[in-house]
Amino acid sequence: MLPIIVLSISGIVALFLGFLKSRWILMPLTLLFILAAIVGVLLDKNGMSPYAGAFPTMLSTDNVSIAFSGIILLAALFIVPLSRYYANQENAQPAEYYAIILFSLVGALMMTSYENLIMLFVGLEILSISMYILTGSDKDNLRSGEAALKYFLMGSFATGILLFGVALLYGATGGFDLHMIANYVHHSGNISPMLYLGLSIVLIGILFKLSIAPFHFWTPDVYDGAPSVFTAFMSTIVKTAGFAALYKILSVSFSDLYGFWWVCLAITTIATLIIGNITAVYQTSFKRMLAYSSISHAGYLLMAVTTFNAYSQKAIIFYSLAYALSTITAFGVLIIVEQTANDKYEAFNGLGKRAPLLAFVNTVAMCSLAGMPLTAGFIGKFFVFTSAADNDMVWIMIIAILMSAVGFYYYFRVIIAMYMRPAIESDVDNEVVVPGIYRTVLMLATLLTILFGLAPDLLTSLF
Amino acid sequence: MLTLSLILIPAIASLLLPFIKGEITKTIAFVVALAELAVALFAITQFSPDTVTPQFAYDYPWIASLGVHFSGGMDGISMLLVLLTTILTPLIVLSTFGYSYNHSSAFYALILLMEAALVGVFTSQDAFVFYLFWEAALIPVYFLAAIWGGEKRIAITFKFFIYTIFGSLFMLVALVYLYMQTPGNHSSAIADIYKVALDSHTQSWVFWALFIAFAIKMPIFPFHTWQPDTYTESPTPATMLLSGIMLKMGIYGVIRWLLPIVPAGVAQWSTTVIILSIIGIIYGSIIAIQQKDLKKLLAYSSFAHVGLMAAGVFSLTLKGMQGAVIQMLAHGINVVGLFFVAEIIQRRLRTRDIDRMGGITQNTPVLTVFFMILMLGSVALPLTNGFVGEFLLLSGVYEFNHWYGAIAGLTIIFGAVYMLKMFQGVMFGEQNHWTEKVTDITLTESAVLFPLVVLVFWMGIAPGSFLKLTEPAVIQILQLATGK
Repeated sequence: MLPIIVLSISGIVALFLGFLKSRWILMPLTLLFILAAIVGVLLDKNGMSPYAGAFPTMLSTDNVSIAFSGIILLAALFIVPLSRYYANQENAQPAEYYAIILFSLVGALMMTSYENLIMLFVGLEILSISMYILTGSDKDNLRSGEAALKYFLMGSFATGILLFGVALLYGATGGFDLHMIANYVHHSGNISPMLYLGLSIVLIGILFKLSIAPFHFWTPDVYDGAPSVFTAFMSTIVKTAGFAALYKILSVSFSDLYGFWWVCLAITTIATLIIGNITAVYQTSFKRMLAYSSISHAGYLLMAVTTFNAYSQKAIIFYSLAYALSTITAFGVLIIVEQTANDKYEAFNGLGKRAPLLAFVNTVAMCSLAGMPLTAGFIGKFFVFTSAADNDMVWIMIIAILMSAVGFYYYFRVIIAMYMRPAIESDVDNEVVVPGIYRTVLMLATLLTILFGLAPDLLTSLF
Repeated sequence: MLTLSLILIPAIASLLLPFIKGEITKTIAFVVALAELAVALFAITQFSPDTVTPQFAYDYPWIASLGVHFSGGMDGISMLLVLLTTILTPLIVLSTFGYSYNHSSAFYALILLMEAALVGVFTSQDAFVFYLFWEAALIPVYFLAAIWGGEKRIAITFKFFIYTIFGSLFMLVALVYLYMQTPGNHSSAIADIYKVALDSHTQSWVFWALFIAFAIKMPIFPFHTWQPDTYTESPTPATMLLSGIMLKMGIYGVIRWLLPIVPAGVAQWSTTVIILSIIGIIYGSIIAIQQKDLKKLLAYSSFAHVGLMAAGVFSLTLKGMQGAVIQMLAHGINVVGLFFVAEIIQRRLRTRDIDRMGGITQNTPVLTVFFMILMLGSVALPLTNGFVGEFLLLSGVYEFNHWYGAIAGLTIIFGAVYMLKMFQGVMFGEQNHWTEKVTDITLTESAVLFPLVVLVFWMGIAPGSFLKLTEPAVIQILQLATGK
């Protein structure tokens, strides 16, 4: 509760800071606000927050929601500094960017700790509407506008579907409260078919937001068109919040209906893994590859939800964090490379020589995304596979493993470009400048990736 | 602690090496590799071959929540392979003296990293740690081949990489599955995994999941297609690492992580594997006979040899297994020597085409002697190291099935054909204007070949000490694998 209050107020403050002449203060202040929100999360965790149990039927915090909130805020803390380039552009309105980012975090946090389907809806809408705006924020770029429109149309359609499902659930159970629904499911001997329909439709709504196949088709274009820093935002924060929401509704309200929903999720998991990974292979642009890779990672996360056992929770949380760290690094590197060239693979040629640090952090990020041992990504995959093996879902695991092998193919293409191919002639003279704040963020994310890869217990002991 | 230090010495050195620039890195890498050898030799003096429990063991909780322990130790088989690794690495480093590689600090760092990972693979007592080192051994050789390799290096090493990753991931499936079958809070310790009892249907697929990983690494027919190209395109030190040591990871994996864990699966599939191995022997030999490219010929000969080792292991006889273990050492020594000879010749003639060679022996008496001994070792002449291994292997396969033994025995004939043909084509015959000016090998080059040649004879004349080292461990594995 506390971080939501902090972020709401600081969002409004950031909006008014736009009246200031100097823009440089905006980013540090935004970071400060996010830090304050992190403190709020920690206070919530230790039960020291005055609002901890203020509205128990609307929002509540437990270890899981706190872990997800922590990941979301940490990701935001890493992404905000990467917006430097955009904030410095002439036509940009940085105050609005930062305000919208802070507001969107409010939505994301509501999605991790909702107790009531209406709160889920509100949180999702706050997050989504913010994202529609940020996607179109590169006003001079036609593709950015197109992406925003596409995202908006598809997204609002999906929200409509979700709301329809919520209405059906209300019709079946007589309440929006998660526990009330759980009660109904648990005690009613004869479950109304309306509930099954409602659940399916709610799932479709959420899976759409998570870009799970077959509801993924908007993702590549939107990710590609949006400014890279907001793509990073979408693929990490939106995804983490979405999975928190999905896991919460399934584990709290519908754990008794596992036999029903696991089939739906298993089918979509397999479709997502296959479509995401195979299509990523055919991309010529690094950014589009990351878009498809984000689809595939949603597949691994969904796999952990599908298996739904003692390991799932840990797997989802760890995987989300590992994925967020590496994705942010990859996008950070992309933002810098984009300044000198474009987002194609060729732009990375010879980066190992021209910018050793960038190449190194990107290598670690790619290894982690691919699931190479000694990185956090591997441990994340290991947890996911463990949870699948525990459920005797070895067949899903084998598909996932085959697709991981495919993943190595496209992630290593970047590494090969960076270290083994000579730079394109036109690029040789372009000096790659890595601003200090980027360096800090990238190094920190890389460090955490390696640290959690070497000592995963540091993280798992927290939740 | 000895085991841990064997992993840590090269690992730490490889982390520090990139910060040092210039030619000195070569010497540092060599000294580190020698220090490592000294530790390994010290370990062997302290080693008691009669105990089958892992010696010099270490065990630290790592991912406590998952029951993963960073643990390792050595029994006779591990000891022998650690010895192989630590003997060959300094020689491989020494073989690069006289040549210079771009970014030499990275080059040597990768070699040492590889050594650390290999020792880790051979000594791990935990499935998770084993997998980790297994993957870690792949990365350095990938970069070695892809950065310093020949013309087609990128495409070829990429193929190698995808192949081996593919196999490793299957192994991961099996290991995770086995891990989840351990009772209670689960543990990935090898001792606990050995205790897992699976029904025969499950064992059957776990067998394949594990076997594919090992088969690709060895490689066994039909998983071998990455091998000849990779061996040829890699820079020779990487080829030596690949063929001399890394290939043994596959056989070691079969012995330690396949036979005892899924005995029923092995019983179901051992005939299939032996047939595949024999196809590999024949097929590899026939291609080797046709080869005009010196390195490719050696690559195919290595493929044929490893087929026999695999057949020996899967014969599940004491002779076959002992033969495989001893042959791992012998083959490592011979093949590293032969690839180095190929490198020496290639450096001088600037070609690997056997047709353009001939008459080299007239200018190079020293090289000829070394080359011939290594070649004869590889052909398995009695009193050389190859003989001991091949004899035991063939009698093991023969014990399993007479016909298979007879067909596998063709390897001796074929081996003699392609090796002698190669030696004749390269060293004897008329000199041509390329080979006229060949100079004999330098002192450093002799310093690499001499210890190898000594080992060829030592193992050939007194194989007992090596066999004694591994026998108790091999018997234990066999008991687990056959239930006898």
